[in-house]
Amino acid sequence: MRRFLPLLLSMCWISPTFAIDPIEMSNPALQERYRNLSHELRCMQCQNQSIADSPVGLAGDLRREVRQLLEEGKTDREIRQHMKDRYGDFILFRPEFSPRNAWLWITPILFLLIGLFVAIRIIRQRVTLAPTDGSNPDDSGHEGMRDR
Amino acid sequence: MKRFLLPAFFFALLVAVLYVGVQRAPQKAVIPSALIGKPAPAFTLPVLGSPGEFSESAMRGRWYLLNVWGTWCPECLNEHDMLLEIARSDTLPMVGLNWKDEDSAAMSWLSQLGDPYDVVAVDRDGEVAIDWGVYGAPETFLVDPAGIVIYKHVGPLNREVWQKQFLSRLPTERSSS
Repeated sequence: MRRFLPLLLSMCWISPTFAIDPIEMSNPALQERYRNLSHELRCMQCQNQSIADSPVGLAGDLRREVRQLLEEGKTDREIRQHMKDRYGDFILFRPEFSPRNAWLWITPILFLLIGLFVAIRIIRQRVTLAPTDGSNPDDSGHEGMRDR
Repeated sequence: MKRFLLPAFFFALLVAVLYVGVQRAPQKAVIPSALIGKPAPAFTLPVLGSPGEFSESAMRGRWYLLNVWGTWCPECLNEHDMLLEIARSDTLPMVGLNWKDEDSAAMSWLSQLGDPYDVVAVDRDGEVAIDWGVYGAPETFLVDPAGIVIYKHVGPLNREVWQKQFLSRLPTERSSS
């Protein structure tokens, strides 16, 4: 156990406070928006990391771009649009609704409605079938009583 | 029998969707450019190896290629012979965008391997590359005389890509010459 102590101690260093780019913006509000935006934008080179998490050069350039746009007084929406104009929808981890991806948003609702429709039909069928099931509805009732 | 009809239909539909998805998977690895059909982003940058500046508006009225490269990029070395071949064919002018590189390294690269570019603009901090939506070198843009981005290829150029994706998009009298 003691052998591993240095290793364990060194792990204490690994903490989310050690961000890749511990940049301070000119005011806390901007800092907060910078943090949120940089987690929402995809690093196009590594593709499954946000630019906040990625150490590659391009992610650093994009973080700088976001900081510049924030300092220029651009809104979050404008900054997302700025990135989308250059890199396409793919850069946004939370894609916006557009005609191109409409089916992605609509199909789950569509399938839910189809499922609901099928379920209602099956339930209706059962309800209408139930009384005609046995030749004598009283019999089934008695049977249930006897079982108990 | 009739009760299997609907599930069978949905199964066939699922097979069709998955088949198309798998067939198209290789193309999906490449993210299409958001700039296609839009004006090429304006820039003015220093020229590699000379004191002047280059602006993309200088290319207005001509078809041209914009090739993003860096000496740190191994795939750029792979496509270099193809770039030289394109330059020799004299099909259209080629602008190099030297991306996040050292001038000295870029210049010795060109003097050793040959220089396919009509002009090389130096984008040392990657500002212009962001405007062009560049995410990995090499990338090659085809821009028309009106300054509209017609096509972008990500990855090294080869003869097949050149013929299928670039020459086919050029007006015929140009591609035949």
